[in-house]
Amino acid sequence: MTVTTPPIAATSAAAAAPVAFWRLKGFPLIPVLILLFIALVAIFADALAPYDPQIGSLARRFRPPAWQEGGSMAHLLGTDHVGRDVLSRLIFGARVSMVVGITAVLVAGGIGTVLGIVSGYLGGWVDQVVMRVTDTWLALPALTFAIFLAAIVGPSELNIIVILGLVYWTRYARVIRGEVLSLKQREFVRLAVVAGCSKSLIMRRHILPNVINSAVVLATLMLGVVIVTEASLSFLGVGVPPPKPAWGLMMADGKKGLMVGYWWLTVFPGLCIMLMVLSANLLGDWLRVKLDPQLRQL
Amino acid sequence: MRQYILRRVGYSLLSLFLLSLTIFLFVRVTGDPVSLLVEPGASPEDIENMHRQLGLDRPLWEQYGQFMASLATGDLGQSFYYRTPVMDLYFQRLPHSLLLAAVAMALSLLIGIPSGILAAVRVDGFWDSAGKIFALLGLSLPSFWVGLVLILFFSVYLGWLPSSGSGGVSHLLMPAFTLGWYFAAAHMRLTRSSMLEVLGSEYIKLARLKGLPEAWVIGKHAFKNALIPVITLAGINLVVMINVAVVVETVFAWPGIGRLLFEGISFRDFPVVQGVVVIGGAMIILVNLLVDILYALIDPRIRLES
Amino acid sequence: MSSEPLLSLQNLSAHYVSQQGTRVVRAVDEVTLSLRAGETLGIVGESGSGKSTLALTIMRLLPTAARIVSGRMMFEGENLLDKSDAEMREVRGKRIAMILQDPMASLNPLFSIGNQVGEPLRVHDGASRASAWERAVGLLKSVRIASPETRVAQFPHEMSGGMRQRIVGAIGISCGPRLLIADEPTTSLDLTIQAQYLNLLRELQRAHGLALIFITHNLGIVAKMCDRLAVMYAGRIVEQGPVSRLFSAPAHPYTKALLGSIPSMADSRERLTAIDGQPPDLASLPAGCAFAPRCPEAFARCHAEAPPEIPVGDGCTARCWLATPHGRAKPTMTRSDMGSDVGSDVA
Repeated sequence: MTVTTPPIAATSAAAAAPVAFWRLKGFPLIPVLILLFIALVAIFADALAPYDPQIGSLARRFRPPAWQEGGSMAHLLGTDHVGRDVLSRLIFGARVSMVVGITAVLVAGGIGTVLGIVSGYLGGWVDQVVMRVTDTWLALPALTFAIFLAAIVGPSELNIIVILGLVYWTRYARVIRGEVLSLKQREFVRLAVVAGCSKSLIMRRHILPNVINSAVVLATLMLGVVIVTEASLSFLGVGVPPPKPAWGLMMADGKKGLMVGYWWLTVFPGLCIMLMVLSANLLGDWLRVKLDPQLRQL
Repeated sequence: MRQYILRRVGYSLLSLFLLSLTIFLFVRVTGDPVSLLVEPGASPEDIENMHRQLGLDRPLWEQYGQFMASLATGDLGQSFYYRTPVMDLYFQRLPHSLLLAAVAMALSLLIGIPSGILAAVRVDGFWDSAGKIFALLGLSLPSFWVGLVLILFFSVYLGWLPSSGSGGVSHLLMPAFTLGWYFAAAHMRLTRSSMLEVLGSEYIKLARLKGLPEAWVIGKHAFKNALIPVITLAGINLVVMINVAVVVETVFAWPGIGRLLFEGISFRDFPVVQGVVVIGGAMIILVNLLVDILYALIDPRIRLES
Repeated sequence: MSSEPLLSLQNLSAHYVSQQGTRVVRAVDEVTLSLRAGETLGIVGESGSGKSTLALTIMRLLPTAARIVSGRMMFEGENLLDKSDAEMREVRGKRIAMILQDPMASLNPLFSIGNQVGEPLRVHDGASRASAWERAVGLLKSVRIASPETRVAQFPHEMSGGMRQRIVGAIGISCGPRLLIADEPTTSLDLTIQAQYLNLLRELQRAHGLALIFITHNLGIVAKMCDRLAVMYAGRIVEQGPVSRLFSAPAHPYTKALLGSIPSMADSRERLTAIDGQPPDLASLPAGCAFAPRCPEAFARCHAEAPPEIPVGDGCTARCWLATPHGRAKPTMTRSDMGSDVGSDVA
């Protein structure tokens, strides 16, 4: 009998081939639709909202939603404490949440992925430094850290995005670094090293495409967390500043009317937050399972 | 093991150092430290005094040294609003936060652990699906919304529970539930996955091969092993709870650290904000260290390792 | 001893079915074998051949994805498949015991040795905690563990690998089973410990009149320990019979290949022989004989039709078309040619 040896597969790095993902089993259709819906609302807010979200008339304050006594179809979901239409504020609030959420996730993801790759691939003192900083920053709860930074630089939409990016990049860096460490051992990376490719080339051409998957999954999972944090910050008064409509801010305002039963100011924004976060989480969970079984421990 | 402990202590010290450095740099470099640390409505001389006090004309590392020196003596500055040292304020409020966190933790474990075990034992069954939904909701719903809705129901509509302040058990219920809600979901998830892992191990197989009744297999062999990571996390989460309770304490006007932080930002009382963050961060680092050391002492396997 | 076999499996099949019902893995396929009291049966095969699954099937501890689809399992005259879960639990540990491969993983790190060895006694014999502890000490002594009084209070990580495996053995015999199934018990032991351990098993077997099923991939151990041998491939038994006969005149090409692949000092060939190809995917087995794609002696009928078990004399059967009058196996090696790759002598 002869001895056979399997051929050595010399493949280069390639990200997973694109696939018609919406046909895959278990695809979270409803969450994705919800997210798309919110995105569309955010984009077309100007056309959709019946009123200007920042202008209200005190004569019409605290009107309840249309189906309750004292409400009217003019203000479908009621008005707030200065007479602004709740529905319009919710619609424009979607824009704020989407913009802040997505941008912050991209910022955090960008920083985190780059640092994760660099730290994981180069190793040595670069790795040590990045890891120590990551560990320390991770020790501080995100909300506390964000509040601290917001107190220093003052609230504004841009500041919040930067702050959230600074607070959350560490989570990316950790995960991506872990991936890079195991990627480093793979055949195609070693071949590239042997072939004399420069470190930056390897990191860009070989490592990066392979961690994109994880980065995307993490981004989706992070979206929910970021939005809740942003809402919390707005609720506490250090998030998106008034009079811009942010859902968290609306709830803070709503608290004023809560004790006398003006429930719509609190419940509706909260529902919106919940829908968006829930959808993002469901999508992220599904992506995690589909794209990389290794990430299941995330 | 000695080496292990020394190494861990070293890491913690490094983390503490980095934490203080981070806070210091952010304040001095990105913000305007003078306006932050000077009382609102101060006169130009006060501003000059503060300038000198902070040593803003000195090199950065000297400033840092000064900062660390005052930290070491426990001087975190004085609250503008309360006119008392931040340190004192902090420890005045701490017991309230501890109480809230302790009750919330107990609730979260009481709900989280059994549901996690049930979900794992009946994997892919009804309880597992119910558990997954619970976990999802717990991790997705913002805590302040949960709190506000609870107030709406139990205070406004039903009038059963007071909506704010501290005092008796009735004051404690809603805030503790709201705070514990998120962590219950997290603990349930961890219990479930830990239990699943344990159930797949060889000694569980052998336990079944011995012909032990299923209750023994789960209750005796699986339970203890599965609980280890959960208890570890719970310990750390206790301290985390104290720090993230800011929103819950604000909603319910609970006089703890979280509310102190809120007051700090509302009144632009920066020394308070800085103090809470510094102490909070340090606490978490220390708790992590403690848990790691305790772990080394308890788990006989780690003892032999290093 | 009666002439009735202690254990008799008849056409036993166990399949894994994927959740959608699409993939069916025939992990155990039409297995028929029998074992008498006090006998030692070896089960040999590559990884993935189904030997461990077979063991778990006998104990009825298959994972939820697997199902016993046909056949009978007669033990001491009763069909184990007819038993309820509660009845099966009484069988496990008490009448049939099993030892697993990795002793470190088999013992719960958080409980003392005494606790774990005494458990079956408390459950099956109703022993009190105190008496179970005492009997545990006695059991440790019977598996040759020194100073059992101290050892019994210690924890698994404080023992060496060899000791742990003995402890697992002690757990196995604690309730006086008639049958002990050992799933690769020596694979994770050092070579020098292996021989001692096998000695121990032999002694225990003689002392307690145990029947032993020895699952292994090491033919050397089979030569020393087993009376009969069953060779498994792709979930099926391809050849079985007395060890001496199988080693001297194997009928199935797979058995021949296994025996031929053992390097011996007397071998003058320079290259190691391996078996061409890979084991088949148990979810998509070929229509004919499962070994045909790799078989050097395969002919047309092998690829078309799966052979049944054909008696080839001396109490052997082979699942091979060569065993029909047209093809008979030639003797290759004798039992004494088997390399002594298992430490010292086992009588």
